[in-house]
Amino acid sequence: MSNEIKMPALSPTMTEGILSKWLVKIGDEIRSGDVIAEIETDKATMEVEAVDDGIVTQLVVEEGTQAVPVGTVIATISGDSGYELETKSQNKETPQVEPRIKSPVIEPVVAPAKRDVTLAQVMEWDGPVKNMTVREALRDAMAEEMRVDDKIFIMGEEVAEYQGAYKVTQGLLDEFGEKRVIDTPITEHGFTGLAVGAAFGDLRPVVEFMTFNFSMQAIDQIINSAAKTLYMSGGQMGCPIVFRGPNGAASRVAAQHSQCFASWYAHCPGLKVVSPWSAADAKGLLKSAIRDPNPVIFLENEVMYGQSFDVPDTDEWLVPIGRGNIVREGSDVTITAFSIMVGKALEAAEILSEKGIEAEVIDLRTLRPLDIELIVNSVKKTNRLISCEEGFPFAGIGAELGMQVNEKAFDYLDAPIMRVTGKDVPMPYAANLEALTLPQSDEIVQAAWRVCYKDEEI
Amino acid sequence: MAPKSNQTRVKNPSKSGRPPKSARNLVNQKPDRNTLLTMHRDMLLIRRFEEKAGQLYGMGKIGGFCHLYIGQEAVVVGLQSANVDKDSVVTSYRDHGHMLACGMEPSGVMSELTGRAAGYSKGKGGSMHMFSREKNFYGGHGIVGAQVPIGAGLGFAHKYKDDGGVAMTYLGDGAANQGQVYETFNMASLWKLPVIFVIENNQYAMGTSTPRSTAGTALYERGSAYGIVGKQVDGMDVLAVREAGIEAIEYARSGKGPYILEMKTYRYRGHSMSDPAKYRTREEVDAMRKQHDPIDHLRDLLLREGVEEAELKLQDTEVKKIISEATDIALESPEPSPDELYTDILVEVAE
Repeated sequence: MSNEIKMPALSPTMTEGILSKWLVKIGDEIRSGDVIAEIETDKATMEVEAVDDGIVTQLVVEEGTQAVPVGTVIATISGDSGYELETKSQNKETPQVEPRIKSPVIEPVVAPAKRDVTLAQVMEWDGPVKNMTVREALRDAMAEEMRVDDKIFIMGEEVAEYQGAYKVTQGLLDEFGEKRVIDTPITEHGFTGLAVGAAFGDLRPVVEFMTFNFSMQAIDQIINSAAKTLYMSGGQMGCPIVFRGPNGAASRVAAQHSQCFASWYAHCPGLKVVSPWSAADAKGLLKSAIRDPNPVIFLENEVMYGQSFDVPDTDEWLVPIGRGNIVREGSDVTITAFSIMVGKALEAAEILSEKGIEAEVIDLRTLRPLDIELIVNSVKKTNRLISCEEGFPFAGIGAELGMQVNEKAFDYLDAPIMRVTGKDVPMPYAANLEALTLPQSDEIVQAAWRVCYKDEEI
Repeated sequence: MAPKSNQTRVKNPSKSGRPPKSARNLVNQKPDRNTLLTMHRDMLLIRRFEEKAGQLYGMGKIGGFCHLYIGQEAVVVGLQSANVDKDSVVTSYRDHGHMLACGMEPSGVMSELTGRAAGYSKGKGGSMHMFSREKNFYGGHGIVGAQVPIGAGLGFAHKYKDDGGVAMTYLGDGAANQGQVYETFNMASLWKLPVIFVIENNQYAMGTSTPRSTAGTALYERGSAYGIVGKQVDGMDVLAVREAGIEAIEYARSGKGPYILEMKTYRYRGHSMSDPAKYRTREEVDAMRKQHDPIDHLRDLLLREGVEEAELKLQDTEVKKIISEATDIALESPEPSPDELYTDILVEVAE
């Protein structure tokens, strides 16, 4: 029996090549690994090595032949008994390239969140409440979860002895010790990768970025390692990890420390992206994020840390990821917002109400998976939509939201969708320019005025 | 890893169900005949597997990038004979050899290379992205150097859980210039993590030789500023690798912290299949193959120790049969179902 040597493909794109030189002749004994020919591709001259042992019995294609298609038999060698099965399978093969995806199933990339009555009931709370700051709510969420699962640990810069750069981790070192509350060197790329490895190793890390601006140092590990590995492993390798910290503008810290990363992370499949406004949601969503088996980006806001809200007084307050919340009902225009912009949207709604426009304000709370059903249902009622965010307008959350509403509720729209965003500039330092850059509640009022087609000046 | 008798191994080729490597003390112990035979067989399995992968690539059955391990077999085989099952392993994209040495099924690996449903990642990962929780193999990572902090994280988890495991973290001489490697050295030493950093120095970062890319080519010294012990080893000599591995693993397992092993090795093939390898001479490659081949080296030793030529021939036949069967499965398994396109993106949460 004999084995066929075929014209090999030497790059992902090669379809044919020149057989420039034979380095063996009929009757030569060759060993696996010996160079037998030189082939010229469009990119380079490559050497072809034998993969079997045997004796050359035939050189089918003469040297110097141009445009030999990949898969053409170029030589035969006498066989070696160990390769019988292999030859059989080779002979069955034809050199055609099969289409990679035979019948792709096209589904919406962002699946709508599932809704059920039970969850809605859980979210209604009529028990005792406690007034606390967002900062305290976040701390309590971590502490409560760490008490019940000793695989949870927190790491980041200044989270332990310093008690947190923004005091969010205050008291955790005292309660849980240095094994579970870990000060890292200033080394975002490294400690993020290390935490991802620990999550692969069956732990549940909570990684604090002093601000999300610094997560740019680590974004390769967040996207390429944390978000994609479950898919690349065919479902074997989950990565239960929370990346949390302040996001967006603080105050007067200028361009490198004042950016919203919501749309950056929401862009990527394999991540969940959460950004709460109230202390109750901050607590309930962080607890859900820590319990979630997936990587969750948890975007906080420095300005919000000191604001107080009523929070259900229980250790089992969970807010489901993927669910928005109507924080103000209205019939004339839908305003969506998340994080600090929810407060500004509510301010705008009060002003509008005085002028006879009732706005419905939706706190998105989760950006991925987006609760599009809640938004669409609201738009079906109000027929108008304004999206608010602190981030840049181009390819922002509003761009995605507007597109999805366009796809799902076009016939219900009575006005163009509008967005109120941060301006398309790096954040300036000067107080007056900073104020101009940040989206303000009066811009939301004006946008609502326009989509409601009010003629008179506001 | 060593089977009770070599005869058993040959008659019932153990592709996945290897005997467990439980906790053991290998310090100052010379490998016995069965261990040597097993190492020979494991290196041969990787060599034949990679040759076959190269052939299937040439036939257009494997797409994209395909980085072969031929020439470097002694590194992973020597180290896997020095550790135990609970130790975790993580490496870069030149990962086929590591998976086979961890006891993963050749058919599962080959089927992943051909992008089929029978692959370890159901065809969704490819050559550079494969994993086996069962075998404590944590990838297969395509970004140069990214596996290094991940390996330290696996070591962190071993220490946190106090399970006595060590994280074997492989990187190449090219990755040794990535910034995150030094961020990792710092934390691993600071926190005394049980990690072995194995720098497989095959002397070329893609097409750039170590002297052209690296100021200070003694890579084993790269941890000295962090107080990490390092050692340079002849990575073409499987026994030297094993001996150094036993010492390093014992050091890390006993709580002393990380250890760097620089393995001087050589890849016979290009960086990937489409690399014409014009940055080095044919003579250089031939000299390595003829004078330093790790398999020939061990084979000569076995023959000198009185192992029959026929026994090695039998091993060769067994290995060829395994590869042949793996290839058949890899070519006959269907492509993943279109339904798989949208699975495994997130772990489903029961609400």
